[in-house]
Amino acid sequence: MMVLAELRNLMKRFGERTVLNDITLQIQEGEILGLLGPNGSGKTTLLKILAFLLKPNAGKITFRGETVTEKNLERMRLESTMVFQKTMLFNTSVYNSVAYGLRIRKVPKNKIDEKVSKALKLVRLEGFEKRQAKKLSGGEQQRVALARALVLKTKLLLLDEPTANLDPKNASIIEEVIATANRELETTIVMATHNMFQAKNLPHRIALMQEGRITEVGTSTEIFGRLSKTLASFATVENTFSGIAEVSEDGIMLLDIGNDVQIVASGQSSGKVSVFISPEDIILSKMRIASSARNILEGKIVEIIDLGSIVRLKVDVGKPFTVQITKRSFNEMELNLNSNVFLTFKASSVHPV
Amino acid sequence: MNEILNGIVKALQLIFSGDPTFYGIVFRSLLFSGLATILAAVWALPTAMLLSLKNFPGKSIIKGFFTAMIGIPTVALGLFLWFLLYNDGPLGSLGLLYTPGAIILGEALLVTPLIVSIETQTIEAVDPEMMNLARTLGASDSQASIAILKEAINGIAFSNAAGFNRAIAELGVALMVGGNLAGFTDVLTTNISTFNARADWSMAIALAIILLVIVFGVNLIIVIAKNPRVLLTMGKMPE
Repeated sequence: MMVLAELRNLMKRFGERTVLNDITLQIQEGEILGLLGPNGSGKTTLLKILAFLLKPNAGKITFRGETVTEKNLERMRLESTMVFQKTMLFNTSVYNSVAYGLRIRKVPKNKIDEKVSKALKLVRLEGFEKRQAKKLSGGEQQRVALARALVLKTKLLLLDEPTANLDPKNASIIEEVIATANRELETTIVMATHNMFQAKNLPHRIALMQEGRITEVGTSTEIFGRLSKTLASFATVENTFSGIAEVSEDGIMLLDIGNDVQIVASGQSSGKVSVFISPEDIILSKMRIASSARNILEGKIVEIIDLGSIVRLKVDVGKPFTVQITKRSFNEMELNLNSNVFLTFKASSVHPV
Repeated sequence: MNEILNGIVKALQLIFSGDPTFYGIVFRSLLFSGLATILAAVWALPTAMLLSLKNFPGKSIIKGFFTAMIGIPTVALGLFLWFLLYNDGPLGSLGLLYTPGAIILGEALLVTPLIVSIETQTIEAVDPEMMNLARTLGASDSQASIAILKEAINGIAFSNAAGFNRAIAELGVALMVGGNLAGFTDVLTTNISTFNARADWSMAIALAIILLVIVFGVNLIIVIAKNPRVLLTMGKMPE
């Protein structure tokens, strides 16, 4: 594999605060590289440096064999584009939003029409050309943002938490589009995420980040197999639990994660195990619901984070669980801090890490 | 009370009779205030972009200065300009005093703080990451600045409309550096004042009606330009 971009001993400071320190990383052509780390670990800053939007205070960047300097910065930007975590759209139609970068590149009108149409089809927004971009739902807006970047067919595509604030349906469309773009358009992708499940499944390689440093780089099998120290400490914030597992006589894996909380998982491991449950996979209800799901936990809402169309809740069931529901559900259920709720999820939603 | 009612009737007759003196005054007002606003817009927009998009020492002091100057009394500015422009003044050699040029320059200076302040706030209100968004899609720095301005276009249009309204409605500058010379530098506000002093209320009221129509009309055009659908929903109760 060819090296598309190389960072050597990169350092970035904002005032007195060092946000990236001694970053050395190679990005291979055609790969999906995941940047996995907690908030504040420097993922977004690193992506902005790779998008040539921020200049490092020290270190060297090489892109397609050419050293990046002040002089070639604007030319380099034409080959690397970023989709931000917070969806930002110009106050115009979906067509004009997606066509913006093509117009900058002076692509002829008939070609623009064709490319915009293909990009919208890729993100499953065919026929949305004339709609006002800002009037779409949160998930549709993020898909427009992705189409706007994909249409440019840049060598490098940078995605900052592309599914962080989305409902499961939109999140899975975006994940599919990312995989398709990489496979069929051969776009090299670097994506920041703090979703363990996404990190495990989508990228070919993962760089673990903590406090502005890259602590480990490897394939997802290597990283998750090793269950490194960084991963374990980071995991505590995102529905990742460690405990002692036992396999019962009827072949069910029972994991005791402490504080009298037990989780049923579909694996067959025993002994010390760490598992991850995606916040999108957990059903939240005010009453205990009868279903085939093996895990029903009762707890209280201890934190509410409004993310626009989505609300993230932290529920204390003895251990803190993060749950993600739509704003509409949140309002209809009349939830508040300290509301008593039930969390329901299938044994197959418990993924060993 | 009768005199006022008579004044209103006569004023309406004057408006619809096509009186050349009356419409000459209206034309000069529109021309001087329009040119003053265009002149102010030319230097206000780059100033606002500098104040909103760049960081430099003393920026907040300059922003504070413009905000404070929004409320400058027009007579105070008129007096200051008179001292600058009179024959023995520093700019006396330009021969601008009591000419339309003096009014246009004076009104442009008067409305500049208002336009700069509103435009600065409007551009600052656009998400700062928008600049990075345009850049990452391939825009050069100047193309990215244009993208930001497009996002702020409603506020920019509003600031210029507000500037025009302040210019056409002011009296102090036009009177002090224009001199209210009949058929040359007299405008709506100076004439309203003069005709009122002469107890010629029909002319004063007619000019005041036109002034109000212009000020409200400009605001209405801005509202409609911002959202043409407002025409369809006028008179309906909000949902």
